[in-house]
Amino acid sequence: MMTLAVILQVAANAAIAKMGAGIGAGLAAIGAGIGIGRIGGSAVEAIARQPEAVGDIRSNMIVAAALIEGVAFFAIIICFLIFFL
Amino acid sequence: MIRVLTSFFLILFTFAATPNLLKANEEHAAADTISPKKFNTGDLIFDHIRDSYEWHIATIGHTHLSIPLPVMVYSQHSGFHFFMSGKLHDVNGTYDGFKVASEGKYERKLVEVMPDGTVLRPWDFSITKNVTSLFVSLGLILSIFLSVAKRYRENFARAPKGIQSWIEPIVVFICDDIAKPSIGKEKYQRYLPFLLTVFFFIFINNLMGLVPFFPGGANLTGNISITLVLALFTFVITSFSGSRSYWVHMVNDPGIPLWLKLPIPLMPIVEIMGVFLKPFVLTIRLFANITAGHIVALGFYSLIFIFAEKSIFAGYGISVLSIAFTVFMGLLELLVAFIQAYVFTLLSALYIGLALEQHTGHE
Repeated sequence: MMTLAVILQVAANAAIAKMGAGIGAGLAAIGAGIGIGRIGGSAVEAIARQPEAVGDIRSNMIVAAALIEGVAFFAIIICFLIFFL
Repeated sequence: MIRVLTSFFLILFTFAATPNLLKANEEHAAADTISPKKFNTGDLIFDHIRDSYEWHIATIGHTHLSIPLPVMVYSQHSGFHFFMSGKLHDVNGTYDGFKVASEGKYERKLVEVMPDGTVLRPWDFSITKNVTSLFVSLGLILSIFLSVAKRYRENFARAPKGIQSWIEPIVVFICDDIAKPSIGKEKYQRYLPFLLTVFFFIFINNLMGLVPFFPGGANLTGNISITLVLALFTFVITSFSGSRSYWVHMVNDPGIPLWLKLPIPLMPIVEIMGVFLKPFVLTIRLFANITAGHIVALGFYSLIFIFAEKSIFAGYGISVLSIAFTVFMGLLELLVAFIQAYVFTLLSALYIGLALEQHTGHE
């Protein structure tokens, strides 16, 4: 019984790895979505409070969003590597 | 000088694109008429993202039209070889002992087959698709900037005209909004050439990757080697301009409590990891953004063909939606092209500025 479980585990490793990669990519997308959503929300609120600072707020928002996207892409690359290596 | 360069590159392009050099692969045609080729999304996407030894232009019916590119390899055993990559298609076996490996560790790369069957990877200096695209964008950048510089040298105080009107606001933007605030008013001029070069190199190569026909469409900034080299430039420049206080503060910052430095130097370890992590993050950010954008755009585009496999009317129907999505992705990609160049340049300027800071009044 135990050996059967072990053998099944080994046989399923490849499939479980792919499932793990898929779930990881999804979680990375959720993380990026939450982070950039919060940035966008605060930025829009700040523009509403002080419309003449639109330029400054917009550039800061874009920089912060690009940095967060970079982190999300880390996770995507790792999942990609799991898939194809 | 500019005219010589521009005309040289123009001649190179026209010569390279003449039908004489287009090679139609007949063996592929023979194989395809036997079994109808099923549309493989993964293959389409990866062919567009990856580097290759020839530049594939179009597939008309069953014949592939591609521009063969020079292959230059140096092997330990048989010395220097130079031939056009069209020869790699001619025979099913090897040309001169070289072939493109179809599986194994060196898949899709050029390997040398020894008489006893072992495969070796020689030193590969070939002009592949990415290298050709690099030369094309180099010619474009040189012709733009040399002509703009010539205009500035000749009539300095006049109003800008022509391509100068496009370049000048961007250069002023980088100078005033990226370099001066990050590096400081005294020293920013030393680093401005590097920042401008990096920005325009990344921006123009990103834009050229979006153009679907020759000579655009080679995914150059999505090649991790290119972005790694750019990040290494930033790393070297930052390290060489690091002031004494920069390095001393990395190991022994007077502002942090003693228990973080002794007995286990936690903060120094974190800081030194940061020194190597920052260029790595720059690499991955640019590479992943550009490649992911291309994959998504190509994925939307291949929806048409996937649906057409089921029924031709489904293919026609989905084409409206798919083209709309692809256009939207293309516009987003334009924005990403600019933003990624801007973020790379901004972070490089920030790191250089941090390295140059003189902390006076501590010790």
